[in-house]
Amino acid sequence: MSDLATHGAHPQGFAHQFEDIEQQRDAGRLGMWVFLVTEILFFGGMFTSYTIYRALHLESFVQGSHQLIVKFGATNTAVLILSSLTMALAIRAAQTGKKKGQIIFWLILTMILGAAFIGIKLRFEWYRDYTEGLIPGVHWFYNGPHAPGVKMFMCFYFFMTGLHAIHMVVGLGLLTVLVIMTARNKFSAEYYSPLEISGLYWHFVDIVWIFLFPLLYLIGGRY
Amino acid sequence: MSTAIAEAEIHETPAESGVNYLNVTYGIKSWLLTLDHKRIGLLYLGSITLMFFVGGMAAVLMRLHLVEPQGALFEPETYNKMFSTHGIIMVFFFLVPSIPATLGNFLIPLMIGARDVAFPKLNLMSWYLYITGAAFALYATLSGGVDTGWTFYPPYSSLYSHTHVVTVALGVFIAGFSSILTGLNFIVTIHKMRAPGMTWFRLPLFIWAMYATSLIFVLGTPVIAITLFLLGMERILHVGIFDPSVGGDPLLFQHLFWFYSHPAVYIMILPGMGVVSELITAFSRKKIFGYAFVAFSSLSIAIISFIVWGHHMFVTGQSIYAGLVFSVLSFLVAIPSAVKVFNWTATLYKGSISYEAPMLYALGFIGLFTIGGLTGLFLAALATDVHLNGTYFIVAHFHYVMVGGAVMAYMGGLHFWWPKITGRLYPDLWARIAAAIIFIGFNLTFFPQFVLGYLGMPRRYAIYPSEFQVLNVMSSAGASILGIGYIIPLIYFIWSMRYGPPAGPNPWGAKGLEWTTQSPPLTENFETIPIVTEDAYNYPSEGAHV
Repeated sequence: MSDLATHGAHPQGFAHQFEDIEQQRDAGRLGMWVFLVTEILFFGGMFTSYTIYRALHLESFVQGSHQLIVKFGATNTAVLILSSLTMALAIRAAQTGKKKGQIIFWLILTMILGAAFIGIKLRFEWYRDYTEGLIPGVHWFYNGPHAPGVKMFMCFYFFMTGLHAIHMVVGLGLLTVLVIMTARNKFSAEYYSPLEISGLYWHFVDIVWIFLFPLLYLIGGRY
Repeated sequence: MSTAIAEAEIHETPAESGVNYLNVTYGIKSWLLTLDHKRIGLLYLGSITLMFFVGGMAAVLMRLHLVEPQGALFEPETYNKMFSTHGIIMVFFFLVPSIPATLGNFLIPLMIGARDVAFPKLNLMSWYLYITGAAFALYATLSGGVDTGWTFYPPYSSLYSHTHVVTVALGVFIAGFSSILTGLNFIVTIHKMRAPGMTWFRLPLFIWAMYATSLIFVLGTPVIAITLFLLGMERILHVGIFDPSVGGDPLLFQHLFWFYSHPAVYIMILPGMGVVSELITAFSRKKIFGYAFVAFSSLSIAIISFIVWGHHMFVTGQSIYAGLVFSVLSFLVAIPSAVKVFNWTATLYKGSISYEAPMLYALGFIGLFTIGGLTGLFLAALATDVHLNGTYFIVAHFHYVMVGGAVMAYMGGLHFWWPKITGRLYPDLWARIAAAIIFIGFNLTFFPQFVLGYLGMPRRYAIYPSEFQVLNVMSSAGASILGIGYIIPLIYFIWSMRYGPPAGPNPWGAKGLEWTTQSPPLTENFETIPIVTEDAYNYPSEGAHV
């Protein structure tokens, strides 16, 4: 037993290629940060294109932005920020060695909020866009002012929110795995890396939305 | 008879225990589900070798076609598909993964004294992503091909081409994630998995080069991924952001494309530079001249690579002021590149040089890369680029860097570490002959293309005026020689896996942790994790000559 103790008493989840659990935790954390950098570049291509075209066709973009319903975007912003809080509370619960029920409670609350975001997006925004013919290439019969530019804006809207929604779905998948792992007693105050690095991912997806909301919904001095 | 004796010996020799990463388990499943970085490196080696010969086949057919001014083999449309297939396969499925995914995967944990990479499952997933992407590209090639060139420029690729653009773009997109995850894995491994005493400035220069390459993987590849996604959407749904009919600009695609694809050139050459640093020191028995300069020149090449992409667009209607800035920035790349060449040369000075096959490739690399690099300066200059853009001069330039540089280094590295990978030696004489054939064939293929381009022959054309025929025939003859040069190593490498004499742990007498363990290594690389107490390339003869 003392032998185990000198090696840091490898808890569950320890992978053989590491020297100790500390190295494993550091590696996981760095890995997720590097992954998030790649995500920034991934979304960055789209944000750059958005910025260029918005500068070229500002009036069309304002007109396009007016096709969106701010109250749903705003509600979703609040929902996501709240989900970041519950995610942080789940990690905090693991860190301070709380009972697994408490961790699972916060994780499931996070999942409910994430699902609510996607539900609102689908039911009150994309479905409505479909019925009103605002989906370029699929169902498009907008013929108001600046029609070509509005079409481009709506392309950006669907690409950017669509890509964001895919990331949300991946996040929900991760949360499901975390709930199962927690239920199986995989985590302790010493080892909760998967929770922590999934939390980083979840916060990142929220932050992307924090940028998307004003760029898509709030342009042109509407308020 | 002699082979039978050799075989009998071999069964006893591999290392003390006789167990190594190759024979520890058997069966197809033990390979397809392996988490061992060395086995994953070999999976990559097999798959990229296949892609290399597919892409090479397309090149040989193109060169045969161009023996006659009117074209000897194909319709022009078929020729377009040939050069597109060649470019796409060689760039995305051979050159980009070549050294990082094979030698990098195999060597990084060995060189830094680790048991494996930081994320072995992610490593295996990278290989599956790579072969999925490659399968899409091969399927598209076999079912009719693609004719956009490897650059996929819209509006041709989005509106007009009637070929399998989406399938190929999807293949490149998927393979891109393989690069991203490999880069991520390497960065974390190099940061977190180094053995005790292996400080940053004791790392072999190959590791610095792989680190710089990984930075580009991680920062550049996501941009090409999103760009190809946008292109695919534009082609499928006829909506998108490069379409002028809704106010879009095809030039934006070029900007985004080259934001990745210029740095991608350094993804291909930086690992080669890392390999050459290892070879030059090992075969001149000397410490590298100016370790820190060589290490930091890798990083500065990686950084500068992200701010020069506009030099691919001097004649596209990009602003002339942007062109000026990109021109000046492009000249900057010459500085760290030249630092490397000077340092390698200075390392050779008064070294005890021997000319084994890997060293022949390394010396070839230095000469050919210098030609490729210097001709790049012609193209970075705005005025000369107007004359040379879109000609065979460009083709010759980047083949001197990519084939004369990257592939030479890859071959050199493969010959250097083959005894470590397989535990067997290959026939040295044949290897030297092959290296010479490759060097001669390469120069005969591509040097005439500098002249052709300077005289004004445009690239990507299926026919040409008859006064260019002599130079074209020279180039085609060179390509056949080059092809033979690549087949010879394939044969003796395969032969050596079974019949090669055992190599022992360190056949070259080289420094570096990978040579301190048995050949082939154990699954966990080292019996105990080594403790590093000396700098890299600490050859004993150092000092004796000075």
